[in-house]
Amino acid sequence: MATIFIDNIPYTVKDGRNLLHACLSLGFDIPYFCWHPALHSVGACRQCAVKQFRDEKDTRGKIVMSCMTPAAEGTRISINDPDVKRFRRSVIEWLMTNHPHDCPVCDEGGECHLQDMTVMTGHDYRRFRFRKRTHRNQYLGPLVNHEMNRCIQCYRCVRFYRDYAGGRDLDVFASHNRVYFGRHADGLLQSEFSGNLVEVCPTGVFTDKTLKEHYTRKWDLQTAPTVCVHCGLGCNTISGERYGSVRRIINRYNRDVNGYFICDRGRFGYGFVNSGERIRTPLIRRSKSGEMGPVSREDALKHLEGILYFGARVIGIGSPRASLESNFSLMTLVGQEHFYAGISEQEQSLIDRIVDILSRGPAPAASLKDAEEADAVLVLGEDITNSAPRLSLSLRQAALNKPMETARKMRIPEWNDTAVRTALQGRRGPFFVAATAATKLDEIASGVLHAAPDDIARFGFSVAREVDGNAPDVLLSAEMTALAGAAADALKNAERPLVVAGMGCGSEAVIQAAAQAAWALCGTGKKARLLFIVPECNTLGLGLMTRRGIGAAVKAVAEGGGDTVIVMENDLFRRADETKVKEFFRGFKQVIVIDHVRTATTGHADVLLPSCAFAESQGTYVSSEGRAQRSFKVCMPEGDMRESWRWITDMAEIAGRPEGKTWRNIDHVVKALAGLMPVFAGIEHAAPQAGFRMTGLRIPRQPHRASGRAAISANVNVHEPKPPVDSDSAFSFSMEGYEGMPPPELIQRYWSPGWNSVQALNKFQEEVAGPLRGGDPGVRLLQPGPLEVPAYFREIPPSFRQREDSWLLVPLYHIFGSEELSVFSPVIAGISPEPYIGIGDQDMKRLGVNEGDAVAVTLPGYSRVFPVKKTAGLPEGIAGMPAGLPSAGWTGLPAWAGIVKKVLHKEEDRHA
Amino acid sequence: MISILRTIWKVFLHLFRKRVTIRYPEERPSLAPRWRGRIVLSRDPDGGERCVACYLCAVACPVDCISLQAAEDEAGRRYPSFFRINFSRCIFCGFCEEACPTYAIQLTPDFEMCEYMHRNLVHEKEDLLISGPGKYPEYSFYRVAGLAISGKDKGEAENESAPVDVKDLMP
Repeated sequence: MATIFIDNIPYTVKDGRNLLHACLSLGFDIPYFCWHPALHSVGACRQCAVKQFRDEKDTRGKIVMSCMTPAAEGTRISINDPDVKRFRRSVIEWLMTNHPHDCPVCDEGGECHLQDMTVMTGHDYRRFRFRKRTHRNQYLGPLVNHEMNRCIQCYRCVRFYRDYAGGRDLDVFASHNRVYFGRHADGLLQSEFSGNLVEVCPTGVFTDKTLKEHYTRKWDLQTAPTVCVHCGLGCNTISGERYGSVRRIINRYNRDVNGYFICDRGRFGYGFVNSGERIRTPLIRRSKSGEMGPVSREDALKHLEGILYFGARVIGIGSPRASLESNFSLMTLVGQEHFYAGISEQEQSLIDRIVDILSRGPAPAASLKDAEEADAVLVLGEDITNSAPRLSLSLRQAALNKPMETARKMRIPEWNDTAVRTALQGRRGPFFVAATAATKLDEIASGVLHAAPDDIARFGFSVAREVDGNAPDVLLSAEMTALAGAAADALKNAERPLVVAGMGCGSEAVIQAAAQAAWALCGTGKKARLLFIVPECNTLGLGLMTRRGIGAAVKAVAEGGGDTVIVMENDLFRRADETKVKEFFRGFKQVIVIDHVRTATTGHADVLLPSCAFAESQGTYVSSEGRAQRSFKVCMPEGDMRESWRWITDMAEIAGRPEGKTWRNIDHVVKALAGLMPVFAGIEHAAPQAGFRMTGLRIPRQPHRASGRAAISANVNVHEPKPPVDSDSAFSFSMEGYEGMPPPELIQRYWSPGWNSVQALNKFQEEVAGPLRGGDPGVRLLQPGPLEVPAYFREIPPSFRQREDSWLLVPLYHIFGSEELSVFSPVIAGISPEPYIGIGDQDMKRLGVNEGDAVAVTLPGYSRVFPVKKTAGLPEGIAGMPAGLPSAGWTGLPAWAGIVKKVLHKEEDRHA
Repeated sequence: MISILRTIWKVFLHLFRKRVTIRYPEERPSLAPRWRGRIVLSRDPDGGERCVACYLCAVACPVDCISLQAAEDEAGRRYPSFFRINFSRCIFCGFCEEACPTYAIQLTPDFEMCEYMHRNLVHEKEDLLISGPGKYPEYSFYRVAGLAISGKDKGEAENESAPVDVKDLMP
């Protein structure tokens, strides 16, 4: 702790901070541009000037940049000195000499940091009489819009894109007042984090192109805190709605999870909520061969009365993309013994293993923040950049932790970004990647292994053996042994080693190997952590709830039969082979499907009930770290669309169960779940309950400036409709309510007087870049048990052997395309890859194919023709295929497949 | 007593003053151009819609009676895909006109807006859009803005220099 004097008043600040960070944390308003809490200081914009005095006798002082000056003990500064105020006003005036007259047509307007800072410094009238410099824009793809005239040369974009996120295709060009931030040529930004430029850019150079399609100002957006549903990491987001459609997603700060940034899939994947594929009314099939016909909610429920009669054998299939509440209500309706997770057998065995390992300990699950703080990383079998993109951003920072010691030794403060990077000289810390094909993280790795899943597992086991001699021995090639030795040494010498694995390569052995390595490290007294990547937003929550997947359901039906199956928010054709699923459905008299988008499964429904997407529903999701987080409704569902748990509660009432009457709001469901299953006891505290009020008031979803209330629906009825009442949360659907700062779980937007941009976030944190006031949201459900190392896994898979006639087909992940929901967004569908077969260099020669040639792929019950794509890093005997692409169908990878060159006679054969 | 007589005398004198009230509707009042009556959306001198759908009028409106949605046409010009004013709520304060950065929304000296039906006071863009520039005949927003639209490239707006050649190495 250090004492600094600001305008002669003493304040205590934390050590190792710069003056800007300290002053903002204390609540002072100092304008700034180039400084960013996650990107630190470079002193490029000269905006955050303050006057520093030598001692109390010094009256002249000198102007310094507060972001580049340490807040050392006894520092005396003035923020309000007339000289610095004039200085700051002049800096803005210079920046504005070239700023175009664009605010009315600029998407940043109303949440623009440049607007805020201009008002803050008091610059108002343009005195500059000369010409403005102009730039040509570039096409940067369908996600980010470029309007270069508005640039103020703060360099934040390239510092984020290149230095922080490891991107290469955005840079700064030209010199002096002509500097230009863009790509070498028009084209899609290649980084998975390009969307963060929208928030990082203090003005309107980079804006959200998907928002532009249905542009709405920040002050009109009805917003609520949500949890991203596009992967298992559980990033916190704020979703905004206007006129009944979701308009955009931005990052919601949670220091323990996503911090300041989210990935592009999370930011731009929301289009499925507004998609034409949404199911909007209940549909029922009157006769087995007939068409589905729309009915009202009442008629649908009446129809269900004939299906859910007393004594009917009903089974329920839950979903890893539905909330805990919805899954639990289905489990309650059908009974625990008739509830199945609805994930593939392979996924089920993998998630079971992960749950066992994480709840047993001693290595606890790592949060994204833990991952960012790790100083040695071992990645086993995951293409993180594509399967859990936000994690790869954390790991890129983790790779700098070890070399940071050099900077620390040279006594360079951590916030002095340029100096730190110069000291680091591009060095990275220990970072080992073992994957089936080349990944983007290979470029920062100190050791890379490309091998079959079994060999990756053997490598992991070997690392464990190198760390702890008691672990079982593995025979590897000399090259792999050396790499395992290097990885083990690095992990042993680290303070906070991290092992990352996941469900991506479909191998249980890889998960066990990761656990083995972490346990071995724990045995040597290291605080090793484990991070398992799970594919969907509630995979882990569902894994904690039940251990029976689709396989168990098929088996149970084959043995005992059933009358009715209820499939909730799940496309079973993504979980198992097509014929198997069809046969499964044929085993029932009635198939009830509850979902929000049309999938292959909804086509097999006899009763189809419209549920809500994340933006219209409230629920709790468990992230890969075991953190239960609550997501809230942004808007009320239209018409007959209802949350799955509400449909199921209605069915419970029909079936005569007590829950049908007692579950009136979501808190009742949460309470019942927390009471029944001890592992979920914590979820009651994941967020304040529905009855929560601030000074007796609800928290408004709309900003106090929201406009158009008296005109929005005036074309239908001049009498304003009463705003809907949210019975599930403390939020209101209006601009009326508590104006101050809500509790951290209920932060629905960042705004503070004078701070209209997202940077108002500074005011919501205890300390800038620190935890939110009141603590970071979410409750960790998995507390590892005993600290002694459990018995090692002794079953080690044999090493991979190449086959003459067939190929091991492994899944290849794509940030856009592999995930189910985001692909329903037209913009994401447009940049998703077409199905292909990835083959390595050597194997292409063996097969006698070139890139683009067609090959026929045969798996048990699956035969298709796809073009070949050269895929770097695939070992010999292994081919890859994009995972999860809707047009490719379910393949159940990894599996042995026959691949033969196919000579196409006609173009149509490709689709045969 | 004297004050009462004085008052009566003053009222008596008023009989010989010029009348202020007029016989509306036979006689029409003459209203100043700045009079705040019915709201219109005007056009640029080149005939394009002036409104760029910036939402400033809507947010300035104290009774929240303006609602619109922004869109962009092929020429790159922003325009409102719908623009609705609920005149049954409008208080004719003129804040929208003051807020408008493009002189698009203007209050006119027309107050004759009586309707039997409440809903007929809800005006859509077709009802609001006039064919001329209204009170500001010269102004065109895109001539000053940095945004390129078809027919006006980068660097062609007022007080703009030609776009920078990024590959130029001259000092």
